[in-house]
Amino acid sequence: MIEVRELTKQYRDTVAVRDLSFEVPPGVVTGFLGPNGSGKSTTMRMIMGLDRPDHGSVSINGRSYRDLAHPLREVGALLEAKAIHPGRSAYRHLQYLAETNGISRGRVEEVLDMVGLSDVARRRVGKFSLGMGQRLGIAAALLGDPGVLLFDEPINGLDPEGILWVRNLLKGLAAEGRSVFVSSHLMSEMALTADRLVVIGRGALISEGTVDDFIADTAGTYVRVRGPRISEMTEVLEREGASVVDDGDDAIAVHGLDAAAIGELAAAAQLVLHELSPQTASLEEAFMSLTRDSVEYHGRTTDVPVPTAK
Amino acid sequence: MTTLTIHPTHTSSAPAGRSHLLRAEWTKLRTVRSTWWTLFAMAVVTLGVAAIAGATVSHNWHSFTIIQRATFDPTGITLKGLLFSQLIIGVLGVLVMSAEYGTGTIRSTLAATPRRARVLGAKAALVGTLSLVVGEVLSFGAFFLGQGLLRAPAPHALLSQPGVLRAVAGGGVVIGLLGLLALGIAAIIRHSAGAITTYVGLLLVVPIILQTLPSSFSQPILKFMPFHISDVMTSVVTAGQGTSLSPWAGAGVLALYALAALGLGGYLLVRRDA
Repeated sequence: MIEVRELTKQYRDTVAVRDLSFEVPPGVVTGFLGPNGSGKSTTMRMIMGLDRPDHGSVSINGRSYRDLAHPLREVGALLEAKAIHPGRSAYRHLQYLAETNGISRGRVEEVLDMVGLSDVARRRVGKFSLGMGQRLGIAAALLGDPGVLLFDEPINGLDPEGILWVRNLLKGLAAEGRSVFVSSHLMSEMALTADRLVVIGRGALISEGTVDDFIADTAGTYVRVRGPRISEMTEVLEREGASVVDDGDDAIAVHGLDAAAIGELAAAAQLVLHELSPQTASLEEAFMSLTRDSVEYHGRTTDVPVPTAK
Repeated sequence: MTTLTIHPTHTSSAPAGRSHLLRAEWTKLRTVRSTWWTLFAMAVVTLGVAAIAGATVSHNWHSFTIIQRATFDPTGITLKGLLFSQLIIGVLGVLVMSAEYGTGTIRSTLAATPRRARVLGAKAALVGTLSLVVGEVLSFGAFFLGQGLLRAPAPHALLSQPGVLRAVAGGGVVIGLLGLLALGIAAIIRHSAGAITTYVGLLLVVPIILQTLPSSFSQPILKFMPFHISDVMTSVVTAGQGTSLSPWAGAGVLALYALAALGLGGYLLVRRDA
């Protein structure tokens, strides 16, 4: 369990993270989503006690990171790919980490096997591909068999087989009752892996909740209506309080009324419909609509007030 | 929500104390090639200079002036190669810290040991011990090699003569303390190139700049320069008594430099974002 409370971090005149609060509960994969530069990595570094927050706190299993006696046995993290001395072998990298936390050599062999690097464990890390570096980083995160795991963009540099492996690994770790926190700027990836979402933009929380809630709350669902006399249909629907947007091609997107109600209204007005189909916004669309402002913001100035709340 | 089911069977229950941290730092140090290359380079220059000095002095003794013969220090001449080793140990001391920043390993290190002062403490214990031991081995090795090559009529030194053991042992102490100074500088500066430049600048460049200034101004400062101190510490015959610190005071000053750099480095390590 990770609890982040009112976290704020400022670098010179840029606010990287602003009054951020959320939780990462055990037993599920919590996706951490935001556009590039929205403060995801900074937040993860603060959780790991690497960066000092200007305000707010993080607790892991009820304690601050600094107070963990054997941090690797409670929290494992993959923060950067290949943040490893290129001249050292994979085995030696894990060995020294194990020694700092009193973890056995047997466990080093075990995690190397889990990530499929046993055959190259004695080779210098400098010769590793990005994907192999990611696997080694994941091995390091798993080393202490921790109950809390953080992964910053774990699928970067992985081939399709590796991506599938990471997805299943994350779900498996959560199914074992661990708190799994994984960041990504790819909504589609999160849709496949995460149960819960924490979405941030410009360092502030935009949304926190389940993936289903997220889709329903943000873009919501709408009904696509198409017919030969669509302008008359639009008048009828607007009279009933629905909001209607042109959807091209004699079609409209209707928010606020469900397909059944629209069908009834069309029949009452004796208007022929060629299409009446409920639409669900994809996670990707929901994410885009939520973070559009945050992304645009990066090209402009830095002192525009940030909307919090979702 | 499911409860946490973590299986602690993989991990030992031994507390991760200082000994583990030291062992981990030792693993890091010995598993990169740069460590062995720097130590090898130190051995080559220190012993090489001793051999060349011993052989050439014996060969040229007949052309030495009376003053040169009177002030000839058979101990000091065989330890001159330590000056190069002082530069090289700086590279080793710097890399122990700066390579972690350069490669990003520092974040793994500090995540594994959030008590950052302990990390620097373990590194200091290791670098201090290693450079002291290597320094002593090379200093004594250079001494014996050089003395073995000094042929009559050129005089040679014995450890039993006054000041000789102090000078030879002092050569190793200088290497040990400068290794710690370099580690401290790297903890402050964090970049390999910047830290090595600063270290070499302190040892080599500052004295050269000082020597271009009026001696009334530079003399009182020069005696505090590491190279000057090491020269006094590794010599038996010292020219110009009043202008130098005693070997023991010099060792104390070097230790203060190392302590100050490590202290500031440790303070910054704890304060700064990794």
